[in-house]
Amino acid sequence: MSPQLKNQLYELSVRLGDDALILGQRLCEWCGHAPSTEIDLTLSNLGLDLIGQARHFLTYAGELEGKGRDEDGLAFERDALDFKNCLLVEQPNGDFAQTIARHFLFSTWQLLFLEQLAQTNDETLRAIARKSIKEISYHASISAQWVIRLGDGTPESHDRMMNGLDWMWRFVDELFLVQEGIEDVCENIGLDLSSIENEWRNKVAATLKEATLDLPADRKGIFGGRVGHHSEHLGPLLSEMQSLPRTYNDANW
Amino acid sequence: MYTTELKSGSDGGKKRSKVEIVEDPAKLAAFEARVAADEFIEAKDWMPEAYRKTLVRQISQHAHSEIVGMLPEGNWLRRAPSLKRKAILLAKIQDEAGHGLYLYSAAETLGTPRDEMIEALHSGKAKYSTIFNYPTLTWADIGAIGWLVDGAAIMNQVPLQRTSYGPYARAMVRVCKEESFHQRQGYEIMTVMANGTDAQKRMAQDALNRWWWPSLMMFGPPDDSSPNTERSMRWRIKRDTNDELRQLFVDVTVPQAEYLNLSIPDADLKFNKEKDGYDFGEIDWDEFYAVVRGEGPVAKERIKARTDAWEEGAWVREAAMVHAQKQSKKDAA
Amino acid sequence: MADIGDLSLWEVFIRTKGGLSHRHAGSVHAADKRMALEAARDTYTRRMEGVSIWVVPSSQVSASDPDEYDSFFEPAKDKIYRHPTFYPVPDEIKNM
Repeated sequence: MSPQLKNQLYELSVRLGDDALILGQRLCEWCGHAPSTEIDLTLSNLGLDLIGQARHFLTYAGELEGKGRDEDGLAFERDALDFKNCLLVEQPNGDFAQTIARHFLFSTWQLLFLEQLAQTNDETLRAIARKSIKEISYHASISAQWVIRLGDGTPESHDRMMNGLDWMWRFVDELFLVQEGIEDVCENIGLDLSSIENEWRNKVAATLKEATLDLPADRKGIFGGRVGHHSEHLGPLLSEMQSLPRTYNDANW
Repeated sequence: MYTTELKSGSDGGKKRSKVEIVEDPAKLAAFEARVAADEFIEAKDWMPEAYRKTLVRQISQHAHSEIVGMLPEGNWLRRAPSLKRKAILLAKIQDEAGHGLYLYSAAETLGTPRDEMIEALHSGKAKYSTIFNYPTLTWADIGAIGWLVDGAAIMNQVPLQRTSYGPYARAMVRVCKEESFHQRQGYEIMTVMANGTDAQKRMAQDALNRWWWPSLMMFGPPDDSSPNTERSMRWRIKRDTNDELRQLFVDVTVPQAEYLNLSIPDADLKFNKEKDGYDFGEIDWDEFYAVVRGEGPVAKERIKARTDAWEEGAWVREAAMVHAQKQSKKDAA
Repeated sequence: MADIGDLSLWEVFIRTKGGLSHRHAGSVHAADKRMALEAARDTYTRRMEGVSIWVVPSSQVSASDPDEYDSFFEPAKDKIYRHPTFYPVPDEIKNM
């Protein structure tokens, strides 16, 4: 593989690793504060899956980078400009409906994406994808159920669900540009994303219909996560997450 | 994580319970005989009202402790210093949520609905382990909690696997099976830090200094101020006295601290050959009772966090219930 | 305090591995059966303790009354002829 392709493969792994890491970190914020202890356990499980995926993707990215950075080197020693997660996952938790909106939109995409990644000829990414698909199928299903429960629950939950979706909707288009700037390597490993967006829109529309929710109106998409241009929400998240290794940079934990 | 029976001790054992319900002597005798024979009492079996009440209080206190206990550790979840530590800590806190559920589930078999117990926690009527009213200041506190607090908890919980109330005993079996990983991960954090940089060593020693005495207090008031101990032991809802367990904890833990080259913050601590155990200094019981009364350093934060979660989650629970009703109406139609 | 209720109570039964029957594990609070199954999964099978889960609304469980123990269970006590050990087998017979 040419250095340029290898660099793109690093980029792809980092994008996927950062998606999982940042969303996992967001879910950690719920720990101890969920609407019921059962839901607390569920959110923790989702978080654990994502942190596990982040570790796999970032370990691989570190190997590709070849600078001796491991998963922690990448997680704790990069600043916002070098984080390549999509803007959707870094959005604040808001209320439970907003968290569910984010998780539903993202994991529905992530599942379709991983199904394609599992077909590629990159052995490591394929293996991570196959393992992750089992987890993310559950994420997509459980978040869709909650969209339905809240959408078709009380008038209050309906409104909150609508507001949650409304907050997140401008970040949806970015999901379908995950390959932007690294098209060569995507082609090289045989990653075919051509059908994802349609499938995603169909699935989301079907769930929202069952949830008695209107599809949010089209709007101008906001982009930038994949090139390190984030919302204002990422910086504080990173400051908190990275504070220990950055303060004590000679320590092992 | 265990909480000892706090209500009776909160006034230093000065007041005694006033009203004793008069039970059918024959039933009572049969019950006492069953318990003395180490039989299990099950949910629908006849039991004295005082047994039921004490159990609901003790089990729900224990459950509350697990749930409130998620908060001091949750404080460091987002700042865990590696992804591995983050995953471990999240899994550990998740276990605590699980333990809380096992215990609420056991308590509910006695006829008290969970929301009633939760509201008693929020109103301050129900207690939880004093230990969770102390703040977690550094990452070493996460190590100290696993090592000391879970260590003390295990000591309390292992005998409760043979407690007389079946659902409680079965919940404790589950809890104990999961809990030993908690202590080990804590001790591992301490080991790494105690052998780490000067800054890490300082944090490790400081954490031990702050958590040592509160950990000893976890075993509850001294035996001579625990008026219900005798009855609870006869009923097999307590299997060792507070002081016995406390002594055991000290004896086991001191060598673990020595291995880490950390010093226990107790000038009076020394090995007593005659009793084959450690003598240790006087516990500050005034502080203990103050914390029981809800005057611990972060008690207000803890209860506020729990109350907020419950109240802010009300619309979610309501929506889910309403949706379920709509669905079953649809299914019936 | 506002009128804040809990979710309904469900009993949880887990099959720990193929070939064994489902066994009562505890309970969870959930609004519907799907949620109850998922809560049971996250609460009772975090360490691969299960291959199958049943959930039943607690209100739907009927239990025998301990006070009826004598009339319910005692009568089986003297029917010892239901057990194979009741019947002597001659020493010469090895397999029965």
